[in-house]
Formats: sequence, structure tokens, C-alpha cells
Amino acid sequence: MFKFNDILQILAFFALLTLLSPLIGWYINLVFNRESRLPAFLTKIENYLIGFFKIDATAEMDWKTYCFSVLIFNFIGIVFLVLIQAFQQYLPLNPQKLPNVEIFLAINTAISFVTNTNWQSYAGETTLSYFVQMIGLTVQNFVSAATGIAVLFALTRGIVTRQGKSLGNFWNDLVKSVLYVLLPIAILFSVVIIGQGVVQTFTSYADVTTLEGAKQTIPLGPAASQIAIKQIGTNGGGFFNANSAFPFENPTPLTNFLYVLFLILIPSGLIFTYGKMVKSSKHAWMIYCVMLFLLAFGFFVSYASECSTNNVFHASGLMEGKETRFGVMNSVLYSTTTTAASNGSVNAMHSSLSPMAGFVAMTNMMLGEIIFGGVGSGLYGMIIFIILTVFIAGLMIGRTPEYLGKKIESFEVKWSILAVLAPSFVILVFSSIALITKSGTSSMLNSGPHGFSEVLYTFASAAGNNGSAFAGLNANTAFYNIMIGLGMLIGRYGVIVPILAIAGSLVKKKITPLSAGSLTTDNFIFSVLLFGIIIIVGALTFFPALSLGPLIEQLLMNSGVSF
Amino acid sequence: MEKNKKGLFDKAIIKQAIIDSFTKMNPKLLMKNPVIFMVAIGALLSSFLFVESLVRGYYSGFNLQIILWLWFTVLFANFAEAVAEGRGKAQSDSLKNARTTTTGRKLQGNKEVIVSAIDLRVGDVVVCETGDVIPADGEVIEGIASVDESAITGESAPVIRESGGDRSAVTGGTKVISDKIVIKITTNPGDTFLDRMISLVESATRKKTPNEIALSILLSGLSIIFLLVVITLRIFIDFYQPYSKIPSSEFASITILVALLVCLIPTTIGGLLSAIGISGMDRLMSHNVIATSGRAVEAAGDIDVLLLDKTGTITLGNRMASEFYPADGVSQERIGDAAQLSSLSDETPEGRSIVILAKEKYGLRGRDISELEAHFIPFTAQTKMSGVDIHPENGGEKRIIRKGSAAAIKDYVISAGGKFDDKIQQRVNDISKSGSTPLVVAENYEALGVIELKDVVKGGIKERFAQLRRMGIRTVMITGDNPLTATAIAAEAGVDEFIAEAKPEDKLKKIRDEQAKGYMIGMIGDGTNDAPALAQADVGIAMNSGTQAAREAGNMVDLDSNPTKLIEVVEVGKQLLMTRGALTTFSIANDVAKYFAIIPAITAGLFAQSMNKGPLSALNLMHLASPQSAVLSAVIFNAIIIIMLVPLALKGVKYRPTGASVILRRNLLIYGFGGLLVPFIGIKIIDVILTALGLV
Repeated sequence: MFKFNDILQILAFFALLTLLSPLIGWYINLVFNRESRLPAFLTKIENYLIGFFKIDATAEMDWKTYCFSVLIFNFIGIVFLVLIQAFQQYLPLNPQKLPNVEIFLAINTAISFVTNTNWQSYAGETTLSYFVQMIGLTVQNFVSAATGIAVLFALTRGIVTRQGKSLGNFWNDLVKSVLYVLLPIAILFSVVIIGQGVVQTFTSYADVTTLEGAKQTIPLGPAASQIAIKQIGTNGGGFFNANSAFPFENPTPLTNFLYVLFLILIPSGLIFTYGKMVKSSKHAWMIYCVMLFLLAFGFFVSYASECSTNNVFHASGLMEGKETRFGVMNSVLYSTTTTAASNGSVNAMHSSLSPMAGFVAMTNMMLGEIIFGGVGSGLYGMIIFIILTVFIAGLMIGRTPEYLGKKIESFEVKWSILAVLAPSFVILVFSSIALITKSGTSSMLNSGPHGFSEVLYTFASAAGNNGSAFAGLNANTAFYNIMIGLGMLIGRYGVIVPILAIAGSLVKKKITPLSAGSLTTDNFIFSVLLFGIIIIVGALTFFPALSLGPLIEQLLMNSGVSF
Repeated sequence: MEKNKKGLFDKAIIKQAIIDSFTKMNPKLLMKNPVIFMVAIGALLSSFLFVESLVRGYYSGFNLQIILWLWFTVLFANFAEAVAEGRGKAQSDSLKNARTTTTGRKLQGNKEVIVSAIDLRVGDVVVCETGDVIPADGEVIEGIASVDESAITGESAPVIRESGGDRSAVTGGTKVISDKIVIKITTNPGDTFLDRMISLVESATRKKTPNEIALSILLSGLSIIFLLVVITLRIFIDFYQPYSKIPSSEFASITILVALLVCLIPTTIGGLLSAIGISGMDRLMSHNVIATSGRAVEAAGDIDVLLLDKTGTITLGNRMASEFYPADGVSQERIGDAAQLSSLSDETPEGRSIVILAKEKYGLRGRDISELEAHFIPFTAQTKMSGVDIHPENGGEKRIIRKGSAAAIKDYVISAGGKFDDKIQQRVNDISKSGSTPLVVAENYEALGVIELKDVVKGGIKERFAQLRRMGIRTVMITGDNPLTATAIAAEAGVDEFIAEAKPEDKLKKIRDEQAKGYMIGMIGDGTNDAPALAQADVGIAMNSGTQAAREAGNMVDLDSNPTKLIEVVEVGKQLLMTRGALTTFSIANDVAKYFAIIPAITAGLFAQSMNKGPLSALNLMHLASPQSAVLSAVIFNAIIIIMLVPLALKGVKYRPTGASVILRRNLLIYGFGGLLVPFIGIKIIDVILTALGLV
């Protein structure tokens, strides 16, 4: 049954999100477009950094140069991460003397953190040294989120520039995102959560004797600094294996609430920055409302499903695998937002969600992580859907489709379709490969629909760069490490490259001023159509797969069968 | 053209189209339409498997039915295209015949032969006399004449054209109003326009328009996604084999999967896409407009700003007499009478308007010319006057009346010793300033007064512009008039903007300015000096009566030379896109119902306690009788919806000149929500029929 307190909390959550997002958006716009108003000491650091790395942060980049910069920067990031994992034994800050990481796992983890996925085939506390966590993973937590922001702004410049060539400068965008947006928020946030009890220390793990007299090793580490950025940067890779279900990572109801809020806040704020840049805050609110509606809809389906009676156990509100300290509602709210926002940190085990709540989690990821989605990537993913909607709506009103004054022609349609196709390909084809190979099926813990969901969820998470796991699947095998790694690459760059190509094409175009005959993209009717296109394209692509996974499981469960 | 309009389905066209449906099975032709090509490959694959199983001694009537309907789907798509093509061809054939062509008097040796203008070629020599329309661009090689070039310059005063020198070029469509000239033709006529137009309605040579290409990419992309969905679905189902009593090769056989694929890929819009394009061109032709490219027709739907010449477009091309201003001591009736007499045999529109004005104002009836024993003096380029000499032999009053430009009459009066009042000169100046044209009337070498010739705004034009405004199109009037007159006419006609005292190069500048702001510009023009502007505009419509240069520069030609035709052109352009958009939405929305028919059918056997009653049967919302009938019903629905929508594809989605949001809401409601609902009903009905007939 719905609880009054639960409803109150969820309303507070939506209200706070709606209040804070425009503020964050305003601030990010300030950083990128009103440079003169930034504090002098920070600009000094910025100039020092730019001087130190000898980068030309003023050079205007066309889409190919911009794209190349993104790819080369991310490639170097992957190589560096692989190397420090493979040789962590010889590197400092390894008090537990953890051995070098096996190569496929290292590659998987490197790709995972560079692509902002943070899929973890490993358990942090038994696999990675403090050095790798801090110098490797935390740095990528920052720059992978910054990459998302940079690509989004490149696209935005493509939309607002009149017959130009330049999409801005990747290095400049990168440094600004980290220095002015991610770092300050992360520092503040980590101080707050340290105050709540999240650990931040270089000491080795504590060995204690429990009340029953058993020996227990309690993992510690510089966690807060990584956790802050993993929440705000939609990374989600936990310092500890249990992620936000672990008390040192998520100690209080307040941190839990803040984690949920902050994992969605920057993607949500960027919508309003975008609105400012394209000079249409109404358009931003339209996007926000569609995303919020999708999120709220998913949450209530999940919550209602958890609250309804399970016919296998003849009970409702089952606690197995849930965040026992904060209750079912907070587990479901976390699972819905973390899959919607491409964060991937968890406070409950998604395998234990009711099938329909799992259905929602998977759908959130399969739609392409566009319900707020990743930092930057969520909005540019949504813009792909907006372009497709504009195309169909534009035809329906009898005009060559235009988005914010830019004509949408075959080039844009081609790359948009590619951006939709790439993640879908990963989810459907990679799941199929896993289901028909021995190395794929041998990792499955469960049989039947639940086993099927484990695989489907894994590749949805990889393709959407989400990073959360369904649990149950042993993903730390050569097969899965490679397949998931490949899936994450395709899911990330199979969208980034099309986005930049589209930006490169749009930037050259004229801007047609609005008239009574042109399509308005900020009204109710357009949002209905956008919602319809997202649901129908998503549903048509994944409905068969979902009906064979969580849907059939729910139906079987209703008749008292479980797996 | 209206008289040649065919019914939507002419018998001869249908017959030919049915034949063409089969000849279009040629893989080379099919390949042009990726969606339908995919259906054909699927049908071929299933047919092959069917034959192969027959050889092994296994026969499935269900599979046979599916295969037949798959082939029907391809045939129906071909048929839609063939019908559109047939109608287009019929239209262009009748266009060729019905087109009223100017004729020329071609000189062959010493003989004159009347030939159609389109048969004239470079080097031919023609003769033109008073009243003749010059059939094509050329050079005067003999004689001198005054020519009315208002069709090209917008200037109603006649110009002199003579052999030799700078003034020897004449343009087609202009009219000789006095004397006789011999012209050597210098350009081939624009019959190539027709050829180009015909190529737009024949699919073999038809080039896809930009939006059509973009849509094809979208449809192909969706088809690829669905191909992935269907192939992986079989793998997913195979994974569930342990939970099913029936082998997956049976309930998810290749034939059933092909059926699912065909239902999912957007065959409705895919099958009708080229029919929509062809019939758009066809509709354009039925308005007597010839386009040189499909791209231009699509662009017409995007026009934001429309540039119009005042003369001939907004106002009637020729000036009309609006007022008589008598000199001091002259009565209104006297000047009216003199003006009317002098114009009785003046067949120019101005002349006729003077007769009419006198009749309306003073009740002066047109008199019998022969009774008057009058001798009419026609306008010549030399005298720049026309008039009448009345010498009644029975001794009545002798009257010599002349009318003409102020300068000519002044010379004429003063040289004869008469007087030309300063007040008349003052009046002439006033009228000129206000943008009208003054004509002075003189009788017996005495200036009687001034006739004001005024521009008259065409009836109904204001409503047309209001309609354009509702469509989101801004109208800009271009005129050589002074700002005062321009303001008055602009207000009367209801244009949004005007450029007064415009020089020919101003048009080009205005177009470039607006284009730089991002607007799409449509322009209608007819003159040689319009040619650069017509070429620069995104949509340039040349009047058929205009010059060859203008016709070559524009991308459409209006055979009726009706400047307000642009509204229809815009409508055709918009309809073209709207029909594509609406049917795409419909096609995609249809898929939802097809999923609810086929997915439960394919997965019914999983975890089934009894036959075909697994948990996913819950998705069988339509309660279709059996898995077989569900699949077959969906395939049949998918095929016949193509045929049922052929009339819509040919006629186009209804267009009303309203704002974009209203149109979107309307189309979304009809084709979006309609597209969701219709197949649920349709598939259910087919299922009931199939079950009743015992076909499954």
C-alpha cells in the first residue's frame, strides 16, 4: 500500500528538483557564456592549466576536429587506466597489497569509467588500490562527465550559430566543466557527506572483532571524494562493491535523499542551460516536463508494482535485496532515478525488484538514457529524439522540418537514426550472442525469464552507459568483459560521433525566423508527440525482448510461479 | 485544364496500372524503394521455403496464405505507384494539347504561314502587326513599331522597337500595338519545361526530392531496427525452448517472422511514397503550373516571404480611367464627351476604360461610329497621340479631338497656335505625383482637360493575402510608384510590406536581404529584368506570358499567367509534405496493434499449461481466435491498408490555411491516434472473417 510519508517524500523530491534545476542551469550558463563574471582566482587556475598543458584553448574547432579531440582524449584516458590497473602492484597507495588487475577486466573497467558508464565487473575493495581509485577512476569520473557537457555544448553551438563553422573548443569546454562546475559542487558535496559519516581516509582496512567474537575486515578508503563525483557526474561506480547500499558509502536517510537528488541534478540543470543558450526557456521547460513525466510515470509503475501483492509469497513490499534501512520506496526511487539518469549507482539489488520495477529500470536504459540521462549525454540523446519528432511533425504541417530555425534534412535524419540504432544494436544483438554461446549462458545464475533479464539488463546498462547491474550474472569473465566493453564503446561513441556530425551540419545552416507557419517546439502538442515518439520507438524496438523478460516473469509470478 | 480532369480512378488508368504492378516487379525497379524491396525479399524467401517443404512432402495452407499476402503487399505498392503515374501521364498529355499557345506568322520565302510559337526555332523569321503578340524572343530586322511591354517591365507606356541599334530586341509575350515589324527569332521556345515536368511524374526518371530522401532514410533506418528486432526475437524464443511444448521452429517459423517483419516495417508509407510524390506534381499540373524540379515544389511549402510586382499582380495590369479634370471654363460633360469620342475605337484597356467611365459618369452612351462619319487616328509611336477627326459632310460641327501624353498634346496644341493652360499643367503634375498617369484631351487645338488613369486593385486580392498571412507568409509589394501611391495601394490590397520607387536591382537586393535573415523567398515575375531575381528566389514562378529569360530563370512556369497562382503552388507543396508526414505517423502508429496481434501469437506456447495458452496470451487484447489467424489477419490488414490509402495518397491530406499548431493537432489526432486505433478494429474484423470462412 502507498504510504503517506512516501508520497510526501516523493513530492518533496520533485519540488526540490524543479526548484534547483533552473538554478544549476543558470550557473552553468554563467560559466560558459558570461566569462567576465567568474571569480578571478579560478580564471587564474584555468589559465595556468591551459598554459601547463600547452593547449590552444582559443582555436575554433569544426566538428571533425572537435570529434577527434574527444576521441583522442578518451582513448588516452583508456590506455592510462589500463596501464595503472595492470601495474598497480608497483604503484603507491596500495596498503592492502592488491595484485595487478587481469587484462580483460582492466580494459573493461577502463572503458567503463571513460565512457561514464561505471560498469563494475569487480569489487572495488578487493580489486583496486587507492591509487587506481583516486588517480584513475575519480579523475575519469570528472572528465567523462565533462566530456558529456562538452559534446552537448558543441551541439548547442551548432544549433545557435548562424552559418558558421566552429563548435567551440573541446579543451576549453573540458577545463571549464571540471573547474567551474564539477569540482566546486563535488567538493561541497563531499564535505556534506563526510559530515554525515562517509569515510575519507588513506589508512588500511580495519580488522575488528565483532560482538559475536568473529573477525571482520571493514574496508575503508578515500571514499567521499569519489562518491561525491560519482553521484553528480552520473558515473555511479561505487568505491565499495555494495555501492550506495553500504553504510560507509550511504550512511543516513539524508545522504540517500541527496544522492538521489544530486545524481539527477546536473543533467536536469543542463536542460535550462540549453534553454538559455538557444534563447527559449519555454523549450527547456517542455523538455524538462517530458523527462519529468517519464520519470514520474516509471517511478509510480515501479512503486505500485512493489506495493501490490506478490502471488508467490502472498505479501507486498518485499524487502529482499532492498535498502533495508530506508525502505521499499527509497529503494524504488533510487532504482528508477539511477537508471533514468544513467548514473548506475544502486542502493538496492535490481535483481530483487519486482519484475515490473525491473521492467521500468530496463526501459529507462533502453530508451537511450534520455530521461535526464547522463551529464550532457542525456540531453543530447533527447535532442536526437527531438530531431526525429521535429522531422515527422514538420512534415505533418507541410514544411521542411526545422528545429530552432535550423532545417532538418537527410544528413541530420541519417545520423539521428544511426544514434538510435547503435545502442539498440548492442542491446539486441549482444544479448542474443550471450544467449546462444556457452560462455554467455554459463555466467547466468538464474534460468528462465530471470536469467534472460540478467543478460538483457547487462547489455542495456552497457549500451546506455548506465553501469548498474542486475546482479546474478557473473560478468567478470573474458567473454562479458569484452562484450560489455565493446557495448559501452558503441553506446557512447555511436551517439557522440553522430551528435557532433549533426552539430557540424547544423552549424553551417541559416536560421529561419519563426512565423505562424513554422512548427513550435515548446507547446503541449509537441510534447505529446515527443512523448509518443519516444515511447513508440522504444516500445517497438524492445517490446518483444521486454515481454520475454520481465513481462512474462510478472505474468508467471501472478500465477504463482517464480524463478 | 479543369475540363480534362479525370475521375480519381479512370478505367483505362486502372487497367494499365494493374499491368504495371506486375512489370514493376523487376528487381531493379523494386530496389528503388528499400522498404518494399525488403518485403519482396521476405516473400521470396518464404516462397522458397514453401516450395522446399512441398518437395519434402509437407504442405501448409497457412504458410501459402501468408506468402500470397506478402506478394500482394508488393503488388499493391506497385499498383499505387502505377496509378499515380498513369494519372500524371494523362494530365501531362492533356496539358500539351490544352495549352493555349501563341501563334506566329512565320515567313517561308514570301509566304506567311501561321505556326505555333512552340514550333519556332532559332533563325526563323516572323511578321508581327498591330495587335499581334510577339511569339518568341527575337530581333527586329525590319520596320519600327510601338510595343506594349507591360508584361515584362510592368510599365504600361508603350516603347519603340526598331531595326538596327539598341532598341532592336523584342521579347516573347509582348504585344505590338502599332505598325509592323519583321522579327528574327533568337531563342528556342521553352517546350523543354514540359519535358522536364513530364519527367517528374514518371517514376523511371523521377528524382527524389530532398524531403523524400530524408524520409526514405528514416524509413530504411526503422526497417533495419525492425530487422534486428525480428532476428533477435527468434534467438530469444529459442532460449525459452525448454519451457515450450511446441518447437520454436513451428510457432516462430521463418514465414511467421517474415510476416512480423513485414507488418512492422513501414510498408504503408513505403508503398505509397512515390505515389504521393507523383500525384503532388500531378496536382500542380492540374493548376496549370509547370515545375522544372520536384525540389521547387517542396520548397514552395516553405515560403516565408512572397515578393510580388504591383502591376499585373496586385493591380490590374493596365491603368483605368478614374476621373476627368476639365480645364477652366470647360464643363465635365464636354471633356467626357470628347474623351469618349476619341476612345471609341481605341481598343487598348485604357481606351475602353475611358469609354466606360464617361458612360458611368455622365450617361454618355457609346455612339455608332459609322453614323458619326468619323475618321479615327490610331496611336503611333511617332505621334504618341490618338484621336478622331469628325467631318460631317452634311455640314455639322467639325471636331478634331486628340488625346495623349501631356508633352505630346502640349507640342501639338502650341504648334497649332492653341493654348495650353498652366492649370492643366499643374493638374498633370499633381496626377503624376500621386502615382497615376495623366492623359490630356484636346479638341480643335484647345486643351480641354486631363484624364486620370489609375491603378485598380484586383478584386478578391485582399482575401488572398489574408489567406497567405494565415499560412505564415508575408507579402511584399514591389512598385516603381512613389511612396505615397504605394502606401495607398498597399493598404488597399492588404500587403504586409512594400518597396516603392523600386529599381529592378532592388528586387534582387530585397531577396538577398531576406534570405540572409533566413527566410525562404517566393517570387512571381515575368520580365527580363526579373530574371536575376527569379533565379535568386527559392521559388521563382515565371508567367507564361513573360520573357524567355524570365521563364528560364524561374523554377516554375504558370501557364495561365495568373500571379495569385502561388497560393495554389504553396498548397500543393505543403500537401505533399503533409501527406508524407501523416502517412508516416499512421504507419508507425499501426505497429502497436500489430505487436499486440503477433507477439502473443508467437509466444503463446511458452510456459503453456494447455496448448497456446501461455502467460503472454494476456497480451492478446483483441482476443484473436488463434495464433494463425492473428498473424494472417495482421498481414492482410497490412496489405489492404495500402490499397485503401491510395485515394488519400493521390488526393493529398486536406490542407487548410491555418497556423502550424492547429494543423499539427488535427493531423496528430487523425493519423496518430487514428493510426493507433484503426488496426485494432481492422485486424479484429479480418480475424472474425477468416475464422468464419474457415481459412485458418
